[in-house]
Amino acid sequence: MIALGATDTLSFRRWLALSLAGLMAFFGIWWITAASGAVPPQFLPTPLAVFERFVALTQSPFVGYTLQQHLASSFGRFALGFGLAAAIGVPLGLLMGWFRWLDAVVTPLFDALRFIAPIAWVPFAALWFGTGIGGPVLIIFSGAFPPCVINAYRGAKYVEPRLIEAAQTLGASHLRMIVEVLLPASVPSIVAGLRISAGLGWQSLVGAELIVASSGIGYLLVKGQSNISTAIVMSGMIAIGIVGFTIDALLRMLERRINRRRGR
Amino acid sequence: MSDIAFRDVTRVFQRDGTDFLTLDHISFDVRDREFVALVGPSGCGKTTCLRMAAGLEFPTSGTVSVGGKPVERPGPDRAVVFQQFALFPWKNVYENIDFGLRSKGMPEAARRERIARQVELMGLQGYESAYPHQLSGGMQQRVAIARSYVLDPDVLLMDEPFGALDAQTRVVMQEELIKLSRVNPRTVLFITHAVDEAVFLADRVAVMTRRPGRIREIVDVAKVREAEHWDRYERTEEVMDQESFVHLRTRIWRMLREQQPQEAALET
Repeated sequence: MIALGATDTLSFRRWLALSLAGLMAFFGIWWITAASGAVPPQFLPTPLAVFERFVALTQSPFVGYTLQQHLASSFGRFALGFGLAAAIGVPLGLLMGWFRWLDAVVTPLFDALRFIAPIAWVPFAALWFGTGIGGPVLIIFSGAFPPCVINAYRGAKYVEPRLIEAAQTLGASHLRMIVEVLLPASVPSIVAGLRISAGLGWQSLVGAELIVASSGIGYLLVKGQSNISTAIVMSGMIAIGIVGFTIDALLRMLERRINRRRGR
Repeated sequence: MSDIAFRDVTRVFQRDGTDFLTLDHISFDVRDREFVALVGPSGCGKTTCLRMAAGLEFPTSGTVSVGGKPVERPGPDRAVVFQQFALFPWKNVYENIDFGLRSKGMPEAARRERIARQVELMGLQGYESAYPHQLSGGMQQRVAIARSYVLDPDVLLMDEPFGALDAQTRVVMQEELIKLSRVNPRTVLFITHAVDEAVFLADRVAVMTRRPGRIREIVDVAKVREAEHWDRYERTEEVMDQESFVHLRTRIWRMLREQQPQEAALET
């Protein structure tokens, strides 16, 4: 037996082989369970049946749209909510990291608000926006905003003091301190925050669409449920997983690239 | 006039609720365009003195003034060269040197010209677009010095600027600093715990006691340097071979050693 402890490093090949083995085991157990008839097919269709339904959803509309269109409408909301969260959260975090008074003003409020789970914003969003674009965007924002603020703030707080002092002795204004010192020094932390933020945002989105939308991947799930089609529900879940994984992979690539450029 | 004046400066640090007296009623001056080296045992408060002149720390009592005005905040009139260089890793050599000039609101053409001159003076030609992590320690320190010099500051504060360099680079940098200060003399406060370096570079050497830091004695090196014509010699090792140099160095060594009655270990 080869011990694979936390300290062992894996070659890429072995890593890939083990990952594939995990996936295959998952699908294998699923297949055997479904095919054995132990669970009725309405509740657990075979992987093949789900795959067929997945393909069918990409070709013919379900509740108004094809799967791609549902995903596109979800992604639009996600991009808007996530973009807003990043555009407001990152500057706010940096400012809080520099101006102590702002930190004191914002932190208590922020700490209270961030414990309201995105899903808990749903009733509020529904009251304010109905099924319009505003509701889901608000809910995604509520999920994606805190990591943006927190990571930018931490990044700014943990900038090496000597760099801040160097900038001060070179006569940097507040603006230049934030834009040219705190921001670039915090980039690794900010990008890590964006990854967490995108993950939470994407998760919140689906939650939001379950309730306050008339299109999108979450809406597809709800309608699949009311049609008692486990295959549709599972297709939707797989699509959510794939898109989430892709977003994360892209941001991870960006993260690596930035860290490499800085010689780390 | 841009002299640095420490008047009756006391500094108390608080750690874990206890007061530590680090500087005890210190008074000394760095005269206009004079090069003063501050030497003393580790933890005697030399760096604190420099940071107070820079406006990064403040005395508990007493005053530190530059050009007759009490220091209130950091500013580009008092350039600092830090021991660990403190270059901005995300800016290339040119942008690092440009950082302080931009604070002065100087037009771009004028900045470019001044940077070019400074780059040449420090032997950094061809490295303008390199990033700090691509440079050796010696080159990084040249950039840090260029970044300060380019501002044409009245006062230059150097905190063990060569401490992180290997012995050979260190000597080269010392010789260059001497040349630079002949071309364009400034008021310099230079922290080091290398006695050789202090005697080689400074007009006067202020020797501090161990904590709580006081000024033990101020040694006039310039007088000896002029009397013995050290300037005749091009190289550090030639100056350091002079009997007068050795004599001064030994004198300062003794003063420092007296500060450490129990532990004989003294850093060079």
